[in-house]
Amino acid sequence: MFTTLGKYILLIRLSFKKPEKFSVYWGEIMREMVSIGIGSMGIISIISVFIGAVATIQVAFQLASPLVPRSIAGSISRDSTILEFSPTISALVLAGRVGSSIASQIGTMRVTEQIDALEIMGVNAPGYLIAPKIFAGIIMVPMLVIYSMVLGILGGYLACAITGDIATTDYVMGLRDGFQPIIIQVALVKAFFYGFIITSICAYQGFYTSGGALEVGQSATTGVVYSCIFILFADLIITSAML
Amino acid sequence: MIEIQDIYKTFGDNEVLKGITATFEAGKNNLIIGGSGSGKTTLLKCIVGLHEPTKGKVIFNGEDFTTMSFEERVPIRKQIGMLFQNSALFDSMTVEENIIFPLNLFTDMSKSEKLDRANFCLERVNLKDKNKLYPSELSGGMKKRVGIARAIAMEPKYLFVDEPNSGLDPKTSIVIDELINELTQEYKITTVIVTHDMNSVMGIGDHIIFLHQGKKAWEGTNKDIAHTDNQELNDFVFASKFTQAAKEKL
Repeated sequence: MFTTLGKYILLIRLSFKKPEKFSVYWGEIMREMVSIGIGSMGIISIISVFIGAVATIQVAFQLASPLVPRSIAGSISRDSTILEFSPTISALVLAGRVGSSIASQIGTMRVTEQIDALEIMGVNAPGYLIAPKIFAGIIMVPMLVIYSMVLGILGGYLACAITGDIATTDYVMGLRDGFQPIIIQVALVKAFFYGFIITSICAYQGFYTSGGALEVGQSATTGVVYSCIFILFADLIITSAML
Repeated sequence: MIEIQDIYKTFGDNEVLKGITATFEAGKNNLIIGGSGSGKTTLLKCIVGLHEPTKGKVIFNGEDFTTMSFEERVPIRKQIGMLFQNSALFDSMTVEENIIFPLNLFTDMSKSEKLDRANFCLERVNLKDKNKLYPSELSGGMKKRVGIARAIAMEPKYLFVDEPNSGLDPKTSIVIDELINELTQEYKITTVIVTHDMNSVMGIGDHIIFLHQGKKAWEGTNKDIAHTDNQELNDFVFASKFTQAAKEKL
């Protein structure tokens, strides 16, 4: 375990060495941002709307009591969407979509000697392949989480409008009632670390792939599994530290 | 010129290279031959720095490569071109982008100069007008030629080639061999080729070292090979009835 941790830290350190030419790396960062950010908007849109809607319906069901104001469903739905569903569920989905892509892309480059070709040229392969992905991850995952929050809350509104369990005016009143801005900060701190975890762990798994196609698949799977575990671990630490 | 001195390489308990010493001169095709598992590719990877030798030195024009840090190696690496067994072209880039890639990172050439250089390299390997194709759209022989074009883009002093003819038909193999030979002669490159293709050995082997079980078992030229008394080399070179018949004619 300590060997793996040491290799991971050394790889990340190598990744952040001074680039050979900044303009080439900048282009790579932009390309990765498009791939991670724009490329994930579809799946994030779908899960956010549905999770927001389901959360609102379930809260409305559980709080179906004449003693509880109906608008409370909006407040609970808002807080759980912003604090937990949008950052963590999005990150778990992104670990599957982005993480597996990173691990298999770098793993394929390893087994087809493309990484060796980079090293022969004198290119710092971890810097060229991994650093742009990490930068793109820590920038785009928080942006995707903000996007997910908006859509999650919109999903809750749509659920109210379609099912009629709660009046939309009650839902909106609940959203505005007792809002604490720190929950946005907590969500964005989580998203920042999730972005780092997904990109760096999956890149590590890909970079140290050896063998052939089978091992590339295994690296992608291992990368996603470890990313999910560390996302949940980071979720616990950040939540307990900030709230 | 490249000198390798007493190179040893061990993986765990497995000693793959056992004290190999050789000199590879500029303007010559230096071939490393041997059976499967003899340590050819490991030796090549030790020379280019993809593996660190357990013991021994690799010297590029008087500079000890083995003791250098990654940063210290960069100026020498810029003078190295390498053609990999499976070409190792970057899948996400077009042919032209593959060739321009090292120029982007290590030169201050303008865009038009880089394009001119890419076109020159592609013309040199007879692949004009293939600039915008992706590696997946190329045949095995074309990939090898693009690999050579990328390897010569930085005008290297040293060219390393790993199994240039693997997976190619005999005719394309000869084309690739001739291309490597022409470039070596034309630019006075120190070329080191790992192969077990006997057509390459007989066709372009100016200087050959034969590895057997991790040791240098024989050294000479393609003219010497037919008359060698080395049993291991004879068993390797004249393994088939066809080559035995050819030897008898010699």
